[in-house]
Amino acid sequence: MTAAGATGPATVSGAFARAAAQRRAALVGYLPAGFPSVTGAIAAARAMAAAGADVVEIGLPYSDPLMDGPVIQEAVHRALAGGVRVADVLRTVEEVSAAGVPVLVMTYWNPVERYGVAAFARDLAAAGGRGLITPDLPPEEAGPWLATAAERGLDAVFLVAPSSPEERIKLICSSCRGFVYAASVMGITGARARVSDAAAGLVARVRQHTGLPVAVGLGVSSGGQAAEVASFADGVIVGSAFVRRLLDAPDEAAGERAVAALAAELAAGVRQPAGS
Amino acid sequence: MTTVAAGPDQAGRFGAFGGRLAPEALMAALEELTRAYEAARADPAFQADLAALHRDYTGRPTLLTEVPGFAAHAGGARVFLKREDMAHTGSHKINNVLGQALLAKRMGKRRLIAETGAGQHGVATATAAALLGLECVVYMGEEDTRRQALNVARMRMLGADVVPVTVGSRTLKDAINESFRDWVATVQTTHYCIGSVMGPHPFPMMVRDFQRVIGVEAREQILAAAGRLPDAVIACVGGGSNAIGIFHAFIGDPSVRLIGCEAGGEGLPTGRHAATLAGGSPGVIHGMRTYLLQDDEGQTLPTHSISAGLDYPGVGPEHAWLRDAGRAEYRAITDDEAMAAFSVLCRTEGIIPAIESAHALAGALQVGPGLGREAVLVVNLSGRGDKDVDIAARYFGHLGDGASGPVAAGGAAGAAAVSTQHGHPAGAGR
Repeated sequence: MTAAGATGPATVSGAFARAAAQRRAALVGYLPAGFPSVTGAIAAARAMAAAGADVVEIGLPYSDPLMDGPVIQEAVHRALAGGVRVADVLRTVEEVSAAGVPVLVMTYWNPVERYGVAAFARDLAAAGGRGLITPDLPPEEAGPWLATAAERGLDAVFLVAPSSPEERIKLICSSCRGFVYAASVMGITGARARVSDAAAGLVARVRQHTGLPVAVGLGVSSGGQAAEVASFADGVIVGSAFVRRLLDAPDEAAGERAVAALAAELAAGVRQPAGS
Repeated sequence: MTTVAAGPDQAGRFGAFGGRLAPEALMAALEELTRAYEAARADPAFQADLAALHRDYTGRPTLLTEVPGFAAHAGGARVFLKREDMAHTGSHKINNVLGQALLAKRMGKRRLIAETGAGQHGVATATAAALLGLECVVYMGEEDTRRQALNVARMRMLGADVVPVTVGSRTLKDAINESFRDWVATVQTTHYCIGSVMGPHPFPMMVRDFQRVIGVEAREQILAAAGRLPDAVIACVGGGSNAIGIFHAFIGDPSVRLIGCEAGGEGLPTGRHAATLAGGSPGVIHGMRTYLLQDDEGQTLPTHSISAGLDYPGVGPEHAWLRDAGRAEYRAITDDEAMAAFSVLCRTEGIIPAIESAHALAGALQVGPGLGREAVLVVNLSGRGDKDVDIAARYFGHLGDGASGPVAAGGAAGAAAVSTQHGHPAGAGR
């Protein structure tokens, strides 16, 4: 977990390239800042990275998370009730980045717009953050963010969906930097019993338009599912299953251990040879 | 002003507002909806079907009623009410819902979902679904299901599945979030029948077009009744659909003041209100760029209003545009001001308004005296108050079993002040 060092700070593209060189998929793990506490989230995210997450997404808690299912809703609701602020999110980014793992912030758009796009990019970069994933900002509305991201060398990750027509996939791929986030199903975040049939087809469609890595998210929660997704995608994104571990834990230390155990299981999953 | 009336542009923008800031999973559906709506709008058969439903089912045109007894409290100006309370289901919401339900059928969707605050939009959607043979699911904040229990029962009688929303603040904004969460997973078979001029493009434009009939009728009716255009058109604003509906036909008439009345709750300084345009700032919510009530970090603020239908932290983007362009003006009406106006209308005219609409009536009581006795006001009576009888009875202390709320004393005093001067002034014609 120390891509940093002589080669400079860890980057998202570096993490994907290293996974590809090892003929495996990258593991991308999500946790919201501020849950179960600011320090608890930092410890859990660092444990996730130490146990095998190649890229960490830190969620910026938002009052109206309309793409999230009940698990993430509950965690961000508690984080906000606990008084989490953007400054806490940036501190989380800084302390998790310091562990040598590239960190992206996953955020709904209004908090960034309110903070100021240029100011947010400046402070994110200063904290060591590598970019943003923006689930409710389509590229058509992202002009100021894309300009700032290019200026700061930050990644801009947009989502494609199974319903995205060809011309939108093309537009999104041309706007993305870092990787392309393929939403495996039509729906909100949350664990699902099986990986969607739509995911592999969507990844194939995306590959026709970009050489960027393609990571699949929504619904992956086990090592077996991670292995399945790893057979056709460059990255496996897991969020709700990690958050579930923290929600179910009796205390922060137990939550940290449970997150690490899941990360290890998923990291083994993304290393299983395809078809095994 | 002609540019103000012409919006939105191809991207759904009203000036700096509107647009389509939606999850990617919905973008294809929003594009499909835009194309289907534009085709329907240009199709005489679709327009004829909708007009026939409005004539034979909704009961359009609705009346324009002069209310001289009420006007005596508004400085003596002539006041006319656009009687959307007389539309089937009891409010203007049916205008939009029948349009969207017909469009959903035309698009081959078999299921309607809707959010509702006061329940009027949910009732209207359940009604259209029953009429046109569609499945219907209505999301309603748990707090609102308690405040508006009668409307929950009405929706269920009409065959709709009412889902109480127990996350977030458990009010209208959370019902909207939950509707989007449903839609993103069901969009192939489901149409999200948004109830106001809000959300991502094309909703603000489409709902405006379906509500525009209110102002088109009112303009013709007031010219016939008063022989001239009104000095002011007044409507309540939550999301803003009844207000845009009555404003739109008058936007090109620069002599007509357009006045929107937002929910001032317990007063702007208390922070307990839902007056988005009077007390908010630009941002992004529910797929659109508009004014919203947010904290310094962009988190949506809790809102308060005695009226569930106005209890929303955002507002339609066309209102944001009309405000910034200076074409419409917006003022905050407190709970107490709205309830005083509610009482005046009940006692002078025998009409029980929805508490939402009472905010517009309060606006008329405020601006009327400054306009003088020669002035002509048109107020949109967007809904009737049957659903609000319990809340109003508690407010005024009419239940007689001691079951009055903490505001009953002040409310009863307000009602008493009104009761000394009720009834029509001698010689007031109708």
